[in-house]
Amino acid sequence: MNVNFGLLKELVGIYGPASNEKPIREYIENEIKDYVDEIEVDSLGNLIARKKGNGKKVMISAHMDQIGLMIIDIDDKGFLRFTNVGGISPYISISQKVVFENGTVGVIYHEPVGDISKLKLENMYIDIGAFSKEEAEKKVSIGDICIYKTDFEENENVVFTRYLDDRVGCFIAIEAIKNISNPVNDLYFVFSTQEEVGLRGAKTAAYKIDPDIGIALDVTAHGDTPKAKRFAVGLNKGAAIKVKDNSIICHPKIRELLVNIAKENEIPYQMEVLEFGGTDSGAIHISREGVPSGVISIPTRYVHSTVEMASKNDITNCLKLLIKFLENEINI
Amino acid sequence: METKVFLELLSNGKGVSGFEYPLQNTIISAFDKYLDDISVDKLGNVIGVKKGTYKDNEKSIKIMIAAHMDEIGFMVKDIEENGFIRFTNVGGIDPRTILGQEVIVHGKEDLFGVIGSKPPHLQEPKEHNKAIKMEDMIIDIGYPKDKVEELVSIGDPITIRRNIKNFLGNRIAGKALDDRAGVAALYECMKELNKINHEVDVYFVTTVQEEVSMAGALVSTYKINPDIGIAIDVGFGATPELPRASTVELGKGPAITLGGNIHPNLRKELVKIAKEYNIPNQIEVTPGPTGTDARAMQITRDGIPSLLLSIPLRYMHTSVELLDMEDIKNTGKLLAFFIASISNENLEGLLCY
Amino acid sequence: MLLKELTEASGVSGNEKEVRDLIISEIKDYVDSYKIDRIGNIIAYKKGKDIGKKLMVTAHMDEVGLMIKDIDNDGFLKFMTVGGIDKRILVSKPVLVGKDKLPGVIGAKPIHLQKPDERTKALNIEELYIDIGARSKEEAEKYVSVGDYAIFDSEYIEFGEELIKAKALDNRVGCSLLIKLIREVTDISFYAVFTVMEEVGLVGAGPAAFEVNPDYAIILEGTLCYDMPKLDTHLIPTYLNKGPAISLIDRTTIYNKDLRNKIVEIAEKNNIPYQFRKTSMGGNDSGKIHTTREGSITATISVPCRYIHSPASVMSKKDYDNTYALLKEVLSQFKKEEL
Repeated sequence: MNVNFGLLKELVGIYGPASNEKPIREYIENEIKDYVDEIEVDSLGNLIARKKGNGKKVMISAHMDQIGLMIIDIDDKGFLRFTNVGGISPYISISQKVVFENGTVGVIYHEPVGDISKLKLENMYIDIGAFSKEEAEKKVSIGDICIYKTDFEENENVVFTRYLDDRVGCFIAIEAIKNISNPVNDLYFVFSTQEEVGLRGAKTAAYKIDPDIGIALDVTAHGDTPKAKRFAVGLNKGAAIKVKDNSIICHPKIRELLVNIAKENEIPYQMEVLEFGGTDSGAIHISREGVPSGVISIPTRYVHSTVEMASKNDITNCLKLLIKFLENEINI
Repeated sequence: METKVFLELLSNGKGVSGFEYPLQNTIISAFDKYLDDISVDKLGNVIGVKKGTYKDNEKSIKIMIAAHMDEIGFMVKDIEENGFIRFTNVGGIDPRTILGQEVIVHGKEDLFGVIGSKPPHLQEPKEHNKAIKMEDMIIDIGYPKDKVEELVSIGDPITIRRNIKNFLGNRIAGKALDDRAGVAALYECMKELNKINHEVDVYFVTTVQEEVSMAGALVSTYKINPDIGIAIDVGFGATPELPRASTVELGKGPAITLGGNIHPNLRKELVKIAKEYNIPNQIEVTPGPTGTDARAMQITRDGIPSLLLSIPLRYMHTSVELLDMEDIKNTGKLLAFFIASISNENLEGLLCY
Repeated sequence: MLLKELTEASGVSGNEKEVRDLIISEIKDYVDSYKIDRIGNIIAYKKGKDIGKKLMVTAHMDEVGLMIKDIDNDGFLKFMTVGGIDKRILVSKPVLVGKDKLPGVIGAKPIHLQKPDERTKALNIEELYIDIGARSKEEAEKYVSVGDYAIFDSEYIEFGEELIKAKALDNRVGCSLLIKLIREVTDISFYAVFTVMEEVGLVGAGPAAFEVNPDYAIILEGTLCYDMPKLDTHLIPTYLNKGPAISLIDRTTIYNKDLRNKIVEIAEKNNIPYQFRKTSMGGNDSGKIHTTREGSITATISVPCRYIHSPASVMSKKDYDNTYALLKEVLSQFKKEEL
């Protein structure tokens, strides 16, 4: 399968922190609109695209929101104070560049602290190079959210960039939309919002769609770097099929189906038992009367940093697995 | 079937949260005889219905009684070079209670294993005072890696190997009495109901995944949309080291919870019925949401009036959970009499604030 | 004054009856319909000139407090906290126990009998008890049952420059604002919802939102205020006397930017002072409301309250008036245009 990683490069660069996903939503909408039968945006900002079929109603969810930093105060000298939107680490943030929706760029730094291990976000600030409060306020308002700014890098094996979480899931969903014609199943692709702050978009989207089956596409952690916490998932070992995380124990039938499809089609896969974290399926499976749900995970190193890394083979294999899963009649 | 025999089957059975399906048949075949309908929903909850005598089916009151069928356990997370299995917990488990336990790894077949760690001889003396972490323990099933990989997959569930043990009086201990004891109470209740008239329809639900997310109670309550929801779970049995005010006593009947999670008037009615029929009971106070299916019930849809009965249980979340069968009997009885007391005529009054 | 009655009423989470009855008596003549739902929320509807979008305005009725969990052999009451109470504020406070508001005190060991290092340690809840003067367990049991709730014994007092001290300003101030809106706003339709058990995990709000299924919701709160001198401005969640606090983000919600901007615009146009709530700590009913069913758009507008969750919290009448003025304008916008 020939995969266009150029689109992934575009996707990771587009602004869309949790609750403020409009730019990325519009980009994705434009990208897929010719390939779907129906498309709508709900009140939490989820983009819901349907490819009609007669089989089971399947909700495929990839979250388009990013973690970011919300400005809560601008001091007299024009320095910005912030709070986290999603899981932002103070250590990873030191000396990172950030960018606002209007293109304003800043850098994150911290007050002098004796013991760096005690660093908290409240001791950090963003410097946008303004010389006064008034100047800063021309560019940034309280409540604005900025995102990390780093470049996309790739080689023959891997990509490493900001915001693979979860633009790589969006990427796989978009490619699946483009590659599936005449779907057997009734497919609802959801590009969900506010996953990073508690699976909020997926919850309302699942209620609205009321699917028979739920599949989330998201990154997972890794256990294959020096002295990493013991975890059986590693890069370039195939698509990860989730068994559990903190938000869900995946439905055994969906999990088995994914494994069987991977085996039949010789798609490399690995099983994922994650001891923390959660993703959209956590919200989907408890919607209404219950939705048997699973997750296809993209093994990713350094999640929630500015250099998230994933294997191109794994990404391709996740895409293949998703397409094969959706193309078959699903009996559970 | 004797309720005790049924409970033994249940507790010895396997059903870690998310993997409860091996219990379905045991439950269905026991319940079936007493019910009008029984089915399994999309997440694996077993839902049985016992119809009441009210004529107009559409307007029948629905009471849902839920006990969770899942148990805490473990899951395979990695396989070492030498075939040792690394594992994680499913549900809350004190790692100090599992060292040296025998386990069953539920792979392609059920495999016997033991939980081990670094021997004390090889530890620094000061390490002896520290509890060993779960991540430093392994399960040894006695096979080399290639054989283990053939039989075991990452993600397979694991249970402690522990059959029911009988004690003085009518007391028993086992690995999964939380909350198979509640399932047994449901069984007692339907037996009792078989002997008396009741106007309301009763939905008996054995729920999945209470220990991790209450997923089963959330979705089954949504589906049934009952007028009243009653959760049956276990309560902390009194032992010498626990403060008296935080526990309930074995053999003194079910604890009836009081607090925000519980509908105040329905609770009063339940206590009244207990008194009327001389059924021993105790009080348990929980100010906020309880950590039980009653929590899930209360906040489902536009809100369901909920009650919680707890069967006293010592050593909760260990493999030697201990209870008194009399408490299960009394729980079933109280439920049955309470159900029989509810009618289309009195419900509205009882639910009034 | 209504706020006096509201704050002096007893309504610990899960035991809101007294507050609920009081609110109903205050609103029943002004609403088109109301009901108490199955878990104790009040859901009222006030009809005005109809608009297409469904608006819900909410305030939680409950307050933090105590619950009796045991009566010991000497007649002392052991208790648990209900909702977030700092255990350090409990010592040496008068309380009222049960429906009949039996007076009690949470005592403390005399300082003379303490070792010097004892004084530096916070007392645990397990070490504290309520003394109602009973001479035995039997005597105590005549007046108190396990499961009874207790509240702080704290009078509503006006003091200083237009300040108010009371218990339970979080969130009787929200209830009071909502009652006033029900009485005085006549031109638009809205659902007024008074929820239960916000303080123990946003219990009432989800079911209420499921029932009402709103397009928009405005949550009224009494919120954190900590305006100490010399503190960095970004560490001050809200200030007293700087007007209603508009929420940006908390643990349960990132507030909709467009609605927030609209509210700010309305405040500025009408010269109503306002401030942003500058902390992401805490959460409120919005968390459940905006994710119920297919979701809705929410905003939280709060009156800043110092020493929240204590027997003596403090707010400003000016903030109250400005919050009300802003709310009234915001509601009238729902009539004029789709927000």
